[in-house]
Amino acid sequence: MSDTDASTTMTGAQALVTSLEKLGVDVVFGIPGGAVLPAYDPLYDSEVRHILVRHEQGAGHAAEGYALATGRVGVCIATSGPGATNLVTPIMDAYMDSVPIVAITGQVGSASIGTDAFQEADISGITMPITKHNFLIKRAEEIPGAIKEAFHIAATGRPGPVLVDITKDALQDSVPFVWPEKLNLPGYHPVTRPHLKQIREAARLIGEAIRPVLYVGGGVIKAKAWDQLRELVEMTGIPVVTTLMARGAIPDTHPLNYGMPGMHGTVAAVGALQRSDLLISLGARFDDRVTGQLSTFAPEAKVVHADIDPAEISKNRLADVPIVGDLGEVLTELIEVLRGQEITLPAAWVTYLNTLQERYPTDQGEPLSEEGLLSPSYVIRRIGEIAGPDAYYAAGVGQHQMWAAHLLPFENPAKWLNSGGAGTMGYCVPAAMGAKVAQPDAVVWGIDGDGCFQMTNQELVTCALEGIPIKIAVINNESLGMVRQWQTLFYDERYSNTDLRSTSWPDVPKLAEAMGCVGLRATTPEDVDRVLEEAMAINDRPVVVEFRVSKDAMVFPMVAAGTSNDAIQVARDLAPDWTDEETL
Amino acid sequence: MTTLRATTNQHTLSVLVNDKPGVLTRVAALFSRRGFNIRSLAVGPTEHEGISRITLVADVDDGVLEQLTKQLNKLLDVLKIVELESHAVRRELILVKVRADQNTRGQLTEIVELFRAKAVDVTPDSMTIEATGSESKLDALLTMLEPYGVRELVQSGLVALGRGSRSLTDRPGRERSRSSR
Repeated sequence: MSDTDASTTMTGAQALVTSLEKLGVDVVFGIPGGAVLPAYDPLYDSEVRHILVRHEQGAGHAAEGYALATGRVGVCIATSGPGATNLVTPIMDAYMDSVPIVAITGQVGSASIGTDAFQEADISGITMPITKHNFLIKRAEEIPGAIKEAFHIAATGRPGPVLVDITKDALQDSVPFVWPEKLNLPGYHPVTRPHLKQIREAARLIGEAIRPVLYVGGGVIKAKAWDQLRELVEMTGIPVVTTLMARGAIPDTHPLNYGMPGMHGTVAAVGALQRSDLLISLGARFDDRVTGQLSTFAPEAKVVHADIDPAEISKNRLADVPIVGDLGEVLTELIEVLRGQEITLPAAWVTYLNTLQERYPTDQGEPLSEEGLLSPSYVIRRIGEIAGPDAYYAAGVGQHQMWAAHLLPFENPAKWLNSGGAGTMGYCVPAAMGAKVAQPDAVVWGIDGDGCFQMTNQELVTCALEGIPIKIAVINNESLGMVRQWQTLFYDERYSNTDLRSTSWPDVPKLAEAMGCVGLRATTPEDVDRVLEEAMAINDRPVVVEFRVSKDAMVFPMVAAGTSNDAIQVARDLAPDWTDEETL
Repeated sequence: MTTLRATTNQHTLSVLVNDKPGVLTRVAALFSRRGFNIRSLAVGPTEHEGISRITLVADVDDGVLEQLTKQLNKLLDVLKIVELESHAVRRELILVKVRADQNTRGQLTEIVELFRAKAVDVTPDSMTIEATGSESKLDALLTMLEPYGVRELVQSGLVALGRGSRSLTDRPGRERSRSSR
């Protein structure tokens, strides 16, 4: 039962490229080197587009960006040793955020394994704890099967990174090409159909709840279950909070969407979880950045926890109703069961949350900071308003990421790319590159910090040469802003090593020009719209806009690490007033 | 307020895995990464070619056991996990080298017989004893041998089989049975 053609004898390298073609791969990101060199020879003739990046980390994040912007598997390639270890950060990033990527690495010849050969690294051992699965392939005939399995594993169940490490001799040896019809994965059976009994139990709890909340995580985006989510919300009137990974799962303009919960969440979203009597968790994982101190998280709530990964359920918080399954199927079944049930949610709950929302709005992105300098949140708000909800947005990690998570126009799902679980500085530029390659007709903005930008900006050279016109905003507050904010709040304003002095060097627009991009700069609110319009008008080259902003701006609200969500501060040393609770 | 349950006790898991290079590393690496403490681990072939059995003993509360099982099940090379009942047959093997001279050899032989152990090597000043049994039996044997002077001791991991005629492949796996319909 296999596609065997003994006449098509080919090298392992040709089998690898043929396998990628058979799987419909149209683009891969990578850098060649000694051990993987045999694979690059057939790639030279292939329809598969290879984008030559400047650092393997860029290849990995670009594969993530591609995956998020298409919903398909992203592919990156590196050579053995340092090439492979440079992929470790994006692989870990993809693992934490459940992004389907396949990393293909060359390995030294099988006879040299274990001898500390030149550029030998045990990359399958190194990536064991940060991949969904990995393969070490030493024989050419195993290549097609491993590649087919790797793509299947990466894309199904809870998505994640899979690494395929292939020895140089396996790439060089010639064998008949055999494309396996069936996958040989006896230990892999992701459960997608939820247990109806549990769905009914969830529906029963929803019927009894007085203060229910839909706690929506990135799983809803991965499962493309946004339509079902919206239907459930409109049908039941249950308030929604969307985690950092789920921004856009339901439009921010929807009246029942109270925004992002967590360490820098809105007071309304944090309050919704804390005061809830029923959390309906959909593809979220009770991450510490959402729960704060776990023992005081949502103390009165029962928990319905739906996730495709059974290991997420009751990992951090015991679930009263565990539901294992694909969120699309879970929501469809839940809607079906709830249709036959009367739901009368007391109005007081929504009224209470609306009061919190009105009383404690998040940063509105005013043009000037308290010190009279250009405000970073203003810049981010204007980018969102000018580029609109159809653009893709990638962010780095830190203050600018949090402002972006609050202020961008999240009206559409799967337009938001950021590093959530891993918190990888340097994610933005290469992820934006991957998204633009995947969606060449869409506008792709990267919102980066000056610290993050200096970690991976070399991929702008790749973008310039390969015709990938992304737009990058460097929110330059001349410091590692979020770390500085913690130093302001918790280290007595002792700014140990967070001052990047990046208003001296690099000269960001000049650096951009040197990399083949258009470089622009704005320093006052009056400049902002002008440079943004200019950036929007350029579509033949990448654009980098530097915004010189106040370094003292801080992200609020904030729940200090390790403390209870109840101790959220809306501004420095200012706690919200939770009264009115009696009315609930 | 619901919290994860905290009832510590000993669990024996029988885990069927693909007999492939690196599988034991994956299992061991998972335990260390997730912070699970394992008391004993034994690996060996099964009646089916290509499948190995890992028997592991963990002193963990029920919540941790559930996590451990679920995380193990996520490894693609893990085929099945069954928790063995308390009355399952559990055996460990020890080899112990004890000081033995003319005066004590007779007493030691008596102990060996009492515990249905075996003397597998004897020299003028030592005796090596092989014994299999449950943990408590072996502990009792060692307590008896200690006064004579234990010179060297080696102990295997625990292996176990459920009682009755059913084999592991006939039984539903942990967690898989809970999550599938």
